[in-house]
Amino acid sequence: MQEFIDYFPLVLSGTWVTIEVAVLSLVVSFVFGMVGALWKLSDRFALKKIATFYTTLIRGVPDLILILIFYYGGQFIANKITESLEWDYYNFPPFAAGVITIGFIYGAYMVEVFRGAILAIKKGQIEAGHAFGMSSFKIFYRITLPLMVRFAIPGFMNNWLVLIKSTALISIIGLEDVVRKANIAGSITKKPFTFLFTASMIYVVITSVSVIFITLFERRYRAIE
Amino acid sequence: MSWQDILNNFHLFLSGLWVTIHLISLSLFIGFLLSIPLALIRHFKVPILNRTVWCYTYFFRATPLLLQIFLIYYGSGQFQWLRESWMWFLLEKAYFCALLAFTLNTTAYTTEIIRGALDTMNPREIEAGFTFGMTKAQVYRRIVLPNALRRCIPAYSNEVIFLFHSSAVASVITVNELTGVASYLYAKYYDPFTPFLTVAGFYMVLIFSIIFFFRQLEKKFLKYLSAAAIDQKKFFFGNPPVQT
Repeated sequence: MQEFIDYFPLVLSGTWVTIEVAVLSLVVSFVFGMVGALWKLSDRFALKKIATFYTTLIRGVPDLILILIFYYGGQFIANKITESLEWDYYNFPPFAAGVITIGFIYGAYMVEVFRGAILAIKKGQIEAGHAFGMSSFKIFYRITLPLMVRFAIPGFMNNWLVLIKSTALISIIGLEDVVRKANIAGSITKKPFTFLFTASMIYVVITSVSVIFITLFERRYRAIE
Repeated sequence: MSWQDILNNFHLFLSGLWVTIHLISLSLFIGFLLSIPLALIRHFKVPILNRTVWCYTYFFRATPLLLQIFLIYYGSGQFQWLRESWMWFLLEKAYFCALLAFTLNTTAYTTEIIRGALDTMNPREIEAGFTFGMTKAQVYRRIVLPNALRRCIPAYSNEVIFLFHSSAVASVITVNELTGVASYLYAKYYDPFTPFLTVAGFYMVLIFSIIFFFRQLEKKFLKYLSAAAIDQKKFFFGNPPVQT
């Protein structure tokens, strides 16, 4: 028990890293998702193809493979550059690699959510914008964006729940998140089950709190109807 | 690492592919069999058992698969009695731990998918069964389960694809599946791109064939929904689905 009290703060410190990574990845995925959805719905052939390729690629390749390609590949390229320029060794940060890859992966899932939400908006609303002589950018942020929120929330929130769990994968490339901290505490104290189970319960708490917020959020946005 | 090296090590990729396929299909098979009774328990709200199954599915759906694998593979070593029992023979093997974790994980998700389909069953079809003089067991065996399982196919295909995505984490506990092979070749040649991109190609072929397979299943088993799905309301009130 004493060991648990001693090492619990270590696991808790990892929890903040996990939450930070998850929230930042969510922001990145929001950007990728929004751009991807607009490209997928645009009239430009090339943009449409790029967006389709992006979502297809992510659906076909496991998260871990993409994380490893990005992390090892980033380190590889960084080494080549520092060698040729004779700079000091640069350690490719797992935090940034993780945030960008997880954001990139969930961006593809967001594309589908946002695309569906945009398509759910009544045509007349956007036509009304055109009738008022708004530019397409103005239509986007004054009409499309506010109206799509309600349709996008369920899918968006679902992706958030999956995304939090995906951040555990970044511990494999050395990010000091809750999983890695639990592993460290477990191997020092020779009680791996205790600490890994603690880490699991932390995830359960994060998910449960998210679910409570989601329910409140959905109730609020349903009221508009 | 050149493409020639990929060809020289091709047998490694094939063995990795084989490990991935049978690891996942075995856990999917066991998981599917287990999840039908569990879903029925959840659906009928069997006292005590319902709560227990809920706790199980909630825990496994709220935590990352990586942690579940670690819990089984590293966590089991903490208990002296477990290490002295016959189960240790299995638990010290990475392959078995991965199989156990994947099975428990997919069972949790599949249980909730099937329960969702059972709960949203059209009450008219059940009534029709009773009208024909079937017993409750007959109604469930002949009408409810086949119908619910059909409607599960889209959600279940997503679960299968997700499990294939997550199967990559088995490499972390030294199971030599596709990702494990790629990591080994990366360490051997210090080339991050070629092995991982090759493996990504393997996964893509695998996953798109699964998607294709499930499309065919949907075409076969959900044909009656194709027109009705557009007009949910009509379907719910029991009118025959309109064929257009």
